[in-house]
Amino acid sequence: MIKQTVVIVGSGQAGFQTAASLRLEGFEGEIILFGDEPGLPYQRPPLSKTYFADADAQRLLFRNADFFQRNRIKLWDNARAARIHRDRKEVELEDGRTIAYDKLVLALGTKNRELPIPGTRLANVLQLRTLKDADLLRHAAKNASRAVMIGGGFIGLEVASVLRGEGLEVSIIELEPRVMARAVSKPISAHYEQLHAASGVEFHLEESVTSLTGNKKGEVEALTLSDGTRLNADLVVVCAGVVPDIAIAQEAGLAVENGIRVDAHLRTDDPDIFAIGDCASFVHAASNRLVRIESVQNALDQAKCVAKNIAGQKGAQPQAYDRVAWFWSDQAGTKLQIAGLTGPADQWHVCQSDSPEKLTVLAFKDSQFIGAETVNNASDHMTARKILSGRDKVSFKDFESSGFDLRRLAREKTRTG
Amino acid sequence: MTKVTFVDADGNKTTLDARDGDNLMQAAIADGIDGIVGECCGAMMCATCHVYVEEPHLTTLPQRSEGEEEMLECTASERRKNSRLSCQIKIGPDIDGIVVHLPEEQ
Repeated sequence: MIKQTVVIVGSGQAGFQTAASLRLEGFEGEIILFGDEPGLPYQRPPLSKTYFADADAQRLLFRNADFFQRNRIKLWDNARAARIHRDRKEVELEDGRTIAYDKLVLALGTKNRELPIPGTRLANVLQLRTLKDADLLRHAAKNASRAVMIGGGFIGLEVASVLRGEGLEVSIIELEPRVMARAVSKPISAHYEQLHAASGVEFHLEESVTSLTGNKKGEVEALTLSDGTRLNADLVVVCAGVVPDIAIAQEAGLAVENGIRVDAHLRTDDPDIFAIGDCASFVHAASNRLVRIESVQNALDQAKCVAKNIAGQKGAQPQAYDRVAWFWSDQAGTKLQIAGLTGPADQWHVCQSDSPEKLTVLAFKDSQFIGAETVNNASDHMTARKILSGRDKVSFKDFESSGFDLRRLAREKTRTG
Repeated sequence: MTKVTFVDADGNKTTLDARDGDNLMQAAIADGIDGIVGECCGAMMCATCHVYVEEPHLTTLPQRSEGEEEMLECTASERRKNSRLSCQIKIGPDIDGIVVHLPEEQ
């Protein structure tokens, strides 16, 4: 058999895992992995968490250099793809180099949303995506005393938490009436607003920033809010969400719908091109909605699925992606975990808790269980994932009759199912 | 550097010189030990770095925290008396020569 070449664009969680999983699946052709940053591929989640404390970049690496050599994975760093020539099955890099592929995997990820307001180019107005961003932020935090987060989502709150821990005064400005509004239920938002406020973080909810102003040295000095309030700051972190980084896919004429549109097998409308992770949108089988998921779990599981489908024998049935989504965040000394996609929920149930530090909120849609949000309750989280991955749908009534005891319910469902 | 040995479900052994101060999950991941996943980067939220620890090191390791206990209830392969999360085992001279077995599934 002629050996195939798989080119993977993007060396984050999804791209790296595709390369590693292709070898685990016995793929023997050539694997080329492009990353647009320098050096070995690394994990981003710790950048807003543990990396702030230990600054140990080696600990972030997915694998050491030897692993890439041993597994014959050609890593091209500092390589940003500029164009896909679908007619010739080639990827062109920004530096002009081209490379031919048999199968192409787009793991393009997201880019941070930029704010259309004056002053975002001032010194000490930072963001967080890359290792370089994290180093700049760590350095700036050492010389700052008053930080403002623009955006109260996961990253905004995580960064607020570490900066508060470093002794800075911290304020969060959030457009929505509550923090993490797109990601979690009201009880969870309220819980975290309380925790962060107790640690001294100040909130400005339902507010936006209209401009940033600087001092004579060009360093940020203050922010003006939509209600006219002026906040002093010597460090501003823009954490206003992300957008999929899919320009090259769009230019290549691939179908795009809030992300690169893929089918159940993670294939785009070009049979030789796949898209996975944060940049891909697909129909979520359990809810029949088009979704794009930003999580490590989704990136890893889609990578494994795509590797199976590429390495699989000709004529073999391709694998459909159907894993239960889950997310986590470390904030204010707690663990927040989300099992399932709780966005469409129309009913919530807050479980009774044996400790004020623990919280479990169950999400239902049309009386069916669709997910659980937990604080410091890993065992409820894992049990919820088990229930969600089962074949049977579980209703609000089932929960009622088991007294909202997840473990009891899981046992019953596994026994009958 | 500290010597640590991983034995996979088929009995294949890999011995590494691991960096002191890291945890066992990090050492396994960096070297590409296939049976360890470490999905949550060591935040004790995923139970995908489950290992079975051999004596004599099992008894000398620091006790499991409440969080580790809780996650070990949720492992994909059965929990045994010598089950630990490898992200909670710190590498240093006191665990030199440790041998851990990898479960069938994470």
